Amino acid sequence: MLMIRMLGEYLLLMFSTFKRPDKGPVFRRQLMIEFIGLGVDSFGIVAIISIFTGAIVAIQTAYNIDSPLIPLSMVGFTTRQMVILEFSPTIISLILAGKVGSRIASEIGTMRVTQQIDALRVMGVNPANYLILPKITASILFNPVLITFSIVLGIFGGWGACVVTDLVTSTDFIYGLRGWFEPFTVTYAMIKTVVFAFIISSVSGFLGYNVQGGSIEVGRASTKAVVYSSILIIFFDLILTQLLLI
Amino acid sequence: MIEVNGIHKSFAERMVLDNISTTFEKGKTNLIIGQSGSGKTVLMKCCIGLVDPDAGDIIYDNRPFSGLSEKRKQDIRKEMGVLFQGGALFDSFTVEQNVMFPLNMFTTMSLEEKLDRVNFCLKRVNLVNVNNLFPSEISGGMMKRVAIARAISNSPSYLFCDEPNSGLDPKTAEVIDELISEITEEYNITTVVNTHDMNSVLQIGQKITFLYNGKLWWEGNKDTILDTDNPELKEFVFSTELTRRLIK
Ligand SMILES: Nc1ncnc2c1ncn2[C@@H]1O[C@H](COP(=O)(O)OP(=O)(O)OP(=O)(O)O)[C@@H](O)[C@H]1O
Ligand SMILES: [Mg+2]
Repeated sequence: MLMIRMLGEYLLLMFSTFKRPDKGPVFRRQLMIEFIGLGVDSFGIVAIISIFTGAIVAIQTAYNIDSPLIPLSMVGFTTRQMVILEFSPTIISLILAGKVGSRIASEIGTMRVTQQIDALRVMGVNPANYLILPKITASILFNPVLITFSIVLGIFGGWGACVVTDLVTSTDFIYGLRGWFEPFTVTYAMIKTVVFAFIISSVSGFLGYNVQGGSIEVGRASTKAVVYSSILIIFFDLILTQLLLI
Repeated sequence: MIEVNGIHKSFAERMVLDNISTTFEKGKTNLIIGQSGSGKTVLMKCCIGLVDPDAGDIIYDNRPFSGLSEKRKQDIRKEMGVLFQGGALFDSFTVEQNVMFPLNMFTTMSLEEKLDRVNFCLKRVNLVNVNNLFPSEISGGMMKRVAIARAISNSPSYLFCDEPNSGLDPKTAEVIDELISEITEEYNITTVVNTHDMNSVLQIGQKITFLYNGKLWWEGNKDTILDTDNPELKEFVFSTELTRRLIK
């Protein structure tokens, strides 16, 4: 029952969010701020996690291939597939759910409890449109950039690990990396990324927007934002994988 | 002029506003007074549409407001300036950006015109050289004044102030009261002020509405309030040692 009500409220909020912004220049300025806050500021964490996880995937794969029948170039191939199909779009989106989701929910939640949202409303501004639309737009446009960056660094990390540990030669790794490439895997990764970006920004925005009470509720909303968007990401990952890959 | 017609509001069985009807007049400072919890803020929120009344209507210069859709309400709200009990400044914006916000959203002014207007409003509330400070960097009284400047920046026809001088020292409180009353007369605004400060009442109360337990208990002005024989109002007016001593 509660779930259905929340879903209804969520849809209503999205309805008032997706309206034409009152003022184009104001919207564009908000969008730039969000690009920096939600996007550019995430490069650091995405870089670190991508390089290390790419390296770990490569080493694990190399370690697990102990059959002489399987060529070591498979390590390059597997690393690429893992990074593009699952690791970058899903794991990095989960990390972003933690970083960006909590930020969105606490920012909007604080504005709610300090009556800044009421102030917007009585000025005649549509607060959902003014606050949430730039965040959703920025996430949808910028997360693909972050994920592409993550894919490149992940593969680079895998290659680096193989070369440094001498498990696989650079030539073998690159041979595998370049072989049997299916461009659709990248499309699939980008579709997932965009869907996850929408989930993170809209769900966190919704939870922040509906905070009632004080600082404790703001904290609770930001935790909920991370939990709910993570669960939804995993759930939609399953659905999208079913729909797109099989 | 704002007409309040038979407003009822309860929260979970608890009647907070019981059939309130009154008018707030143009060019005058209209006060809503009453004890803490008597329903002043709820009445103001009904007027601006942040709380939907269970029954009754608010009419802005012959335009019914309460039943309108959110979209239509927005149009009337563009003519309002609201000062919230806590100020409600945008904390990610500087003072200047706060005051400029309504101009950015609803006017086509050039940047210079907007800056002129912002500086004019800030000067009007006696604030200079604070343009680039953030709300967290200024005092409570300054925040109130910035909030007033923001409320008047887009030349509203209706100004609502919820306890504009609570938590301020008597001197600053008086300055803010003066300011509100001056602005009201100067620009012929319909101003509604919530307060439980007797000083404000006697200073600027051109029309006074006294709420008691959610009912409209008494109406009058700053000259008639001291001669009242209404016991509840008397208790409210003479609730401080200072006023009791003066009356003796
Ligand atoms: N959203 C709400 N939900 C439930 N009860 C509420 C709500 N808002 C106000 N009330 C109740 O309505 C009553 C009147 O509150 P209101 O805020 O109008 O008082 P007030 O006259 O403004 O007091 P103060 O001078 O302290 O600001 C209070 O008893 C309060 O508990
Ligand atoms: Mg109040």
